[in-house]
Amino acid sequence: MGAVWFYIGNKSATNLKASSNVKLHSLPHYHGLYLGLISSLPSLVIVLTLMIGDDYIFAKMILREIPKEITDIDNLNKLIAVEQIKNVINGMNFITPPIWVSDAAEVWSSWDNKLKIIMTTLGVSCSIGFGLWGYQNLISSFRARNRVESIVLILLAISSGVAILTTLGILFSVAFESFRFFAIIPIQEFLFGTIWNPQFEGAERAGSGQQGLSEYGSLPLFAGTFLISLIALVIAVPIGLFSAIYLSEYAKKKERAILKPVLEILAGVPTVVYGFFAALTVAPLLRSTGFSLGLDVASESALAAGFVMGIMIIPFVSSLSDDVINAVPQSLRDAAYGLGSTKGETVLQVVLPAALPGVVASILLAVSRAVGETMIVVMAAGLAANLSLNPFDAVTTVTAQIVTILVGDQEFESAKTLSAFALALTLIVITLILNLFALQVVKKYREQYE
Amino acid sequence: MNNNNTIQLSKQDNSKIVLSGLSRRRRKDRRLKLYGRLAVATAVTFLIFLLIAIGSKGIPGFFQYYVTLEINFDRERLDPMGDLSVDSLYSGESEALVTEAIYSKLKPQGRSQKKAVKKLVSKGGGEKIRDRILKNPKLLGTTSKIRFPVDDDVDSFLRGYIDRNVPESDRRLNDFQINYIDELVSKNLISYKLSEYFFFGSASRDPELAGIKGAVIGSLMSLAICFIISFPLGVAAAVYLEEIAKKNRLTEFIEININNLAAVPSVVFGILGLAVFIGLFGLPRSVPLVGGMVLALMTLPTIIISSRVSIGAVPPSVKDAALGIGASKMQTIFHHVVPLAMPGMLTGTIIGMARALGETAPLLMIGMVAFIVDIPGSVTDPGTVLPVQIFMWADFAERMFVQKTSAATIILLLFLFLMNAIAIILRKKLERRW
Repeated sequence: MGAVWFYIGNKSATNLKASSNVKLHSLPHYHGLYLGLISSLPSLVIVLTLMIGDDYIFAKMILREIPKEITDIDNLNKLIAVEQIKNVINGMNFITPPIWVSDAAEVWSSWDNKLKIIMTTLGVSCSIGFGLWGYQNLISSFRARNRVESIVLILLAISSGVAILTTLGILFSVAFESFRFFAIIPIQEFLFGTIWNPQFEGAERAGSGQQGLSEYGSLPLFAGTFLISLIALVIAVPIGLFSAIYLSEYAKKKERAILKPVLEILAGVPTVVYGFFAALTVAPLLRSTGFSLGLDVASESALAAGFVMGIMIIPFVSSLSDDVINAVPQSLRDAAYGLGSTKGETVLQVVLPAALPGVVASILLAVSRAVGETMIVVMAAGLAANLSLNPFDAVTTVTAQIVTILVGDQEFESAKTLSAFALALTLIVITLILNLFALQVVKKYREQYE
Repeated sequence: MNNNNTIQLSKQDNSKIVLSGLSRRRRKDRRLKLYGRLAVATAVTFLIFLLIAIGSKGIPGFFQYYVTLEINFDRERLDPMGDLSVDSLYSGESEALVTEAIYSKLKPQGRSQKKAVKKLVSKGGGEKIRDRILKNPKLLGTTSKIRFPVDDDVDSFLRGYIDRNVPESDRRLNDFQINYIDELVSKNLISYKLSEYFFFGSASRDPELAGIKGAVIGSLMSLAICFIISFPLGVAAAVYLEEIAKKNRLTEFIEININNLAAVPSVVFGILGLAVFIGLFGLPRSVPLVGGMVLALMTLPTIIISSRVSIGAVPPSVKDAALGIGASKMQTIFHHVVPLAMPGMLTGTIIGMARALGETAPLLMIGMVAFIVDIPGSVTDPGTVLPVQIFMWADFAERMFVQKTSAATIILLLFLFLMNAIAIILRKKLERRW
């Protein structure tokens, strides 16, 4: 529709220009653009809102359609009922649904069809209406260019707001469910409990006595995350730091031009590849080495995951540290050389202390990467929630638990599903604090030398 | 005189002290350099080790063993309804034809031997016959030799992963089967060829039939969606923030926001997709559309940041010249600044997309891990993507999946390499130095 209006606007503006001897304020194609934008944008908004909002409204409406006897008899979960109806509509019937479900599904689909008709008529008529309204403005003195530009300006501003919307979306989607989780499980139990044993609700009810009870103490998960990140840092910090020193102070220009991108390849390898590598090569290797040394290494050990994660975050430490070391003013080095110190002494006693805040920031960023890393731990670290600091044990992490809980079929409203959101909330808070802190340090440090 | 002497003496003393410590200090310096070299070497070794480990396991995954059998394309049995429709072919007995063909080669006696022989050929044999007929109906009534994939255990045996010296109860092939395989090998019926199933097959629980085509198409669809959403949005946001917006609290807040988003763990974006796109908007699960949208939100910060850098690099003289000859602000931006900054923005976008291509965790959350045999035909068909396929295959126990997983990993790495190479070439070719 917009394209048609653009064509009409462009054409008639050209004609107007040719026929009248008055000068047009704007070029013909601006008139076309104006018509195109003003006719298509409102209907686009309407159609999108209807498409997004329909499920929500229908879900509310359908509950009234369900016969009262049924809603009264089983104190059924409304969300589950709606989901059942949706399954029927999508043709995902594994068992024959009860009659009220298929009835409701029929009603739903009829609404769906009606909505489609309403949507198209509304969209088209809106487009025609706005187009006609805009067409009346097509006179030589109309400031089409200014109008188009202000519309574009608004569009640009909106797109920069998407970042805020994303953040809000993340916060709300996580926080909302987390609060519901904390309504079931007290927050102190979640933060300081030492046993992580989520069960499906069904198992909880069927469970005999204590065994079936779920426990949501997240301490073992954070301990596991901490352990794996620590192992990763033990690998990545020395290697990354010495690499950065070598690349920025000792390496020749050509050497550096080759080596730096090569190191950065390590950060570009997809994490699922690292996970596969850890599970397939590193874990068996560690296990057999451990066995020959008389150590009992679990086949899914924290060491394997941490080691591979360490390899992955080497470039995070090395690249950023390298940048920071490079940013240390040459005058400091010259002064040190002038006092007769060797290159090594200059690096260790002058350059490195000067670059320390930046180096710390790079390590913090690497930590936040390690904490948020998912695939390696899912594939190599296992799911056993052991509260252990022994690197040869199998441990699990926050991210691994989020993935296992939320992948596949979930129960609605169960504490188990909600617990994933609570875990995600803590994860976000931790990484955000690390990042904000690191960025602050880097910023302050940059200002110091500028 | 005396005074002068002492100074001289102490000078000599000093240089003595300095000289005596010099070799130690130089050694220390060399040691630091050595540590640096070692660190870089270790990191590079890790990289090479990783690539070799994947490569050595993955390259055999591109190939597989086939057995050549003679098939008589019996019209009655293959196409009982006689109309060459898919239904008719499926009701035919193509599977039985394969079994009979291998029986005629090996002539097994008794039920247990027959059962053993039947298991040597993959279950995909019948499908292959149907495919052949659909493509070329003239085959019906003729006899021709066709290569069928062998069962994955046979494949592993031929590769030497199953040891014939292991007691029968501990191995996945029994003695009959091993003898029959030897017979097939001696009759020269076994061949080792590029695997058609790996490249053109879709997901399958049988490792010899599993392929990456569905996953590659799913990946391309998700990336296309990701590009369509994130590139215009990213460029628009960058233009707004860099050229139009005044520096105030709000824009500063947006900036901090973007920086933070770039550091949010990717799994969190998956939760966002699950809660908002699927939960709130009611979009279907496991579809490339939602996958692309989640990836778009993930790559958006990268694109905005790199686009801003390249817009900022356009010299003010260009803008001043455009404004000077009477262009409006928008005309300056869209006719001059954006085209000049385009190479840089595209480079940033490609790098961001490369990261999105390798991303797994957020796509797991929105259900792209579902086992889907059909190759997605549109962005709203359920599908999976290459990294998720790797994750799923890595979980399967069969020996042959290890090779397939590594082979899929090689393909993924090749795609990434290609994208990064394009980004580098683009930067080299189009970048301007002002």
